[in-house]
Amino acid sequence: MKKILLVDDEPNIIMALEYTLRKNDYEVFIARDGEEAIALAEKLLPDLVILDIMMPKVDGYEVLQHLREHNALKASTQTVIISAKQKESDVQKALNLGAKAYIKKPFSMKKLLNTVSELLNHKP
Amino acid sequence: MSKTALIALIFVYLGILFLIAFFAEKNKGSKLVSHPVVYALSLAVYCSAWTYYGSVGMAAKSGVEFLTIYLGPIIAAPLWIVLLKKIIQLSKVYKVSSIADFISLRYGNSRSLGALVTLVCAASIIPYISLQLKAISETFEIVSTSSLGIEGSSVITDSTFYIALILAIFASFFGTLALDASKHRTGVMFSIAVESVLKLSFFLIVGVYVTYFVFDGTSDIYKQAKLGLDLNELSTIKGLSGGINWYFSVALSFLAIFLLPRQFQASVVEFTNRKQLKTSIWFFPLYLLLFNVFVIFIAWGGMLILGDQSKADYFTLLIPLYFEEYWLAILVFLGGLSAVISMVVVSTVALSTMLSNNLIIPYGFIKNLTQSKSFKNEKTIKNIRRLCVFSSIILAYLLYALFDPKVSLFSIGLISFLIIAQLAPSFFIGMFWNRGSALGSKVGIILGMLIVGFTYLLPFITENVLSQNSFAEQGLYGIDLLKPYALFGVDLLNPVNHALYWSLLLNTGAYLVLSVVKKGNYRERNYGEMFVNSEKVVELKENAYVWKGEAYVEDIQNILIRFLGEAKAKKALNVFRKRYQVNPEEKLADARFINFSERLLTGAVGSASAKILISNVAKEKPVSLVEVLKILEENKETISVNKSLEEQSQKLIKLTSDLKSANEELKLQDQLKDDFLDTVAHELKTPITSIKASSEVLTEDDDMPFELRQKFLNNIIQDTERLNALINDILDLEKMASGRDELNITSEALNTCIQDAIDGISSIAERKHIEVNFENKTQIEAEFDYSKMLQVFTNLLSNSLKFVSENEGRIEVLLEENSEEITIKIRDNGKGIPEGDFDLIFKKFYQSKNQTFKKPVGSGFGLAICKQIVQMHCGEIYADPGLETGAEFIVKLPKRKL
Repeated sequence: MKKILLVDDEPNIIMALEYTLRKNDYEVFIARDGEEAIALAEKLLPDLVILDIMMPKVDGYEVLQHLREHNALKASTQTVIISAKQKESDVQKALNLGAKAYIKKPFSMKKLLNTVSELLNHKP
Repeated sequence: MSKTALIALIFVYLGILFLIAFFAEKNKGSKLVSHPVVYALSLAVYCSAWTYYGSVGMAAKSGVEFLTIYLGPIIAAPLWIVLLKKIIQLSKVYKVSSIADFISLRYGNSRSLGALVTLVCAASIIPYISLQLKAISETFEIVSTSSLGIEGSSVITDSTFYIALILAIFASFFGTLALDASKHRTGVMFSIAVESVLKLSFFLIVGVYVTYFVFDGTSDIYKQAKLGLDLNELSTIKGLSGGINWYFSVALSFLAIFLLPRQFQASVVEFTNRKQLKTSIWFFPLYLLLFNVFVIFIAWGGMLILGDQSKADYFTLLIPLYFEEYWLAILVFLGGLSAVISMVVVSTVALSTMLSNNLIIPYGFIKNLTQSKSFKNEKTIKNIRRLCVFSSIILAYLLYALFDPKVSLFSIGLISFLIIAQLAPSFFIGMFWNRGSALGSKVGIILGMLIVGFTYLLPFITENVLSQNSFAEQGLYGIDLLKPYALFGVDLLNPVNHALYWSLLLNTGAYLVLSVVKKGNYRERNYGEMFVNSEKVVELKENAYVWKGEAYVEDIQNILIRFLGEAKAKKALNVFRKRYQVNPEEKLADARFINFSERLLTGAVGSASAKILISNVAKEKPVSLVEVLKILEENKETISVNKSLEEQSQKLIKLTSDLKSANEELKLQDQLKDDFLDTVAHELKTPITSIKASSEVLTEDDDMPFELRQKFLNNIIQDTERLNALINDILDLEKMASGRDELNITSEALNTCIQDAIDGISSIAERKHIEVNFENKTQIEAEFDYSKMLQVFTNLLSNSLKFVSENEGRIEVLLEENSEEITIKIRDNGKGIPEGDFDLIFKKFYQSKNQTFKKPVGSGFGLAICKQIVQMHCGEIYADPGLETGAEFIVKLPKRKL
């Protein structure tokens, strides 16, 4: 089973996402802020991280930066951004930091699932 | 050293000075050449051979009295600078090129007064130059020991004659390079500055040598001198008469620093900018002080070693020679030579300008000049000046040949000072008293000169040249009251000061009395008015319409062309027409044009001749003093108009900058608004995302357990409420900001309101283990909108909650009152407010980057809403910027009824 780390500070959004991903046979782990996300990612080495940007303490960009600099994570983990930030510059920044996809909030659950499965199946 | 070698050395040295002068003339604008220190150093032309050799001689003979010559300028330096500023201002406006020009201009451009002043200056300068030549010749003899080479006493074989000749060539070439005598002689002045450095350095070297190498420091000399010499005699001011003598001597040197033509040349004519004065005010006195540090020690040392006062003038040479330090003696000789050259060059340049502009041209050449062609004129004038430089040096040489070798340097120098001091009343009083007249000035100067002649020159000549003492001792015709050194029984003073006292007393008396008794003509009074009110004149320039009459532009133009040359005259005319926007077709010359032309000509031929030239072609009508005063008054008005214009433009500048900052402010607001919209969008999207995700889950999954379904539905409801609250907040703020919201004022207890707010947030605080302290003791009644103030306190408290860390956070609330107002302070130990954000935080849309965890709903308005509410209560809210840690918000509400 593929491991997915879900990072967001909004409990209601996490609840809906967690439910849907589990139903689609992914193993789901949850972090509520950037700090927690980094710790968990290093411990679990997930296949995919679904990451929000606007979070307290450590934001999504910093998490991306960290994932990119970590040897093991760099090789094994892909990232999908889900964010309410709409500006093209924000999207570009995230992609430059190594995110594989950027899905704007409010997102469609179907689209998110498609992106996730696509990324995980094509993984070398 | 042999005479030939020494002469060769002198040639090399002069050659170097020529090169330096050339270099400076070529590099006029360079930093080095135009440095203010160069000007300050050129003032040190004051220190001639008299200083260089003579002060040691004086110190050996009469003790500390030599200091008076330097104390005058040093003590008076501040006053000197103030007066000099006025003199310079006037001189620049009227293109004054010498002190004779200055004085004659003050008394209505009087031709005869200019000539008289010139003669006085010549009488002062020429013996002074002789003195320099005497010094050169004697030191030359001392330093050259061998009898090889030329020998003898006829003019042809006398080395002094050649030195005089070389000096004459040097001075006449460089000093008269430009036609306009009021122009700067950069090359000459720069080489003078270099020489000032050299003479001081060499003098200090010999001073150090005598004090520290020959003797064992200053105290050693003092100890030995105490045993070997009559120190009491040499180191005190000898009683009352000594004190009075000191007073007069200091006064004499103070006058000399203004009036000596070479000082006027260096300080006024060569002046270019204000910085030079600023530097000179400390630099020049310092220079003089340095020059005098070792004088007394060299004098004592010389007497101890050589035991002979008669050659005390040359101790600086004789001491090194005694110890066979030839190189040092030669250095000293070169220093003395520098002092001589600078003095001779500047003095003769100044003198030649006066002789040509105030004596020769106005009295002899003016007719010839008006008839011949322009380029010839320029040449003729230059040649006249060169001839003057040349002949004054040669005349000085002849005078030198007459001098008895026993006469000391100091006493000849004093003659020079004494003569030049006769210009003092006309010069100084004239600048501050508008009544002073040309007649008073002329009679005063002549009377002063006669007294000097009788009380000093005559006995000086009978004693030193004719070797007869009867005149000095018994008085004229044997009458006691007419003793030249004790006129009318005044015998308290030494001869110089005695002469100074009587001559200046009668000179000033005659000047004052005649000026009061007989009124001068209109020109004199007009110029008097302008010199006294010099600040106004400086503003006036060509606008001074102090001329009335009839003249044609063409005539004046012809004169200009004749004296300045075609190109220069045309250029000047163009400048004039452009500056005053005068129609080139205008045939009649107006006062501005007359003034302008007269000043141009003044530079070339001096003020007296310029006046003659202009009056030849212009019919001048007398201008009354009333008219002059009116002009000065009008000018004052112009100045005040200018001032108000300046104020207006200052106002405009301020307005522009205000607009700029307002614009900046708007830009910042705009930026904040953009950021806010981003935040609002984000805040709105977060619940919407949640609602959308939950709804999708619900629609996709039919077999979801009931409880879970309920949970998702609850989430949707919760997020909807959150959306609603957010929108309400935005609307609230907008309502208050646009003034559509009204307060619902009631009389309530403020402490209860605060307690309610604390209770409202207590559950969150408890969950995060944050301590909230409020001593709810005193009941404070006030008139306010309860729900709105509750909102303020809740906002501030939630803010603090956001910025303190969990478990360690502490929030203190204080409530105080005085007769005027109620103060509420909410202090926390959180991250504090970033520096520079203290005003920003109260703006709408502001969001700090320091937040520790996700803000609750509606953030970005919290403080803005607080500020609106408090302001509606006529109170104020601000954050204390003086804290090192944490933040403190202070709310003040007025006590009066709303």
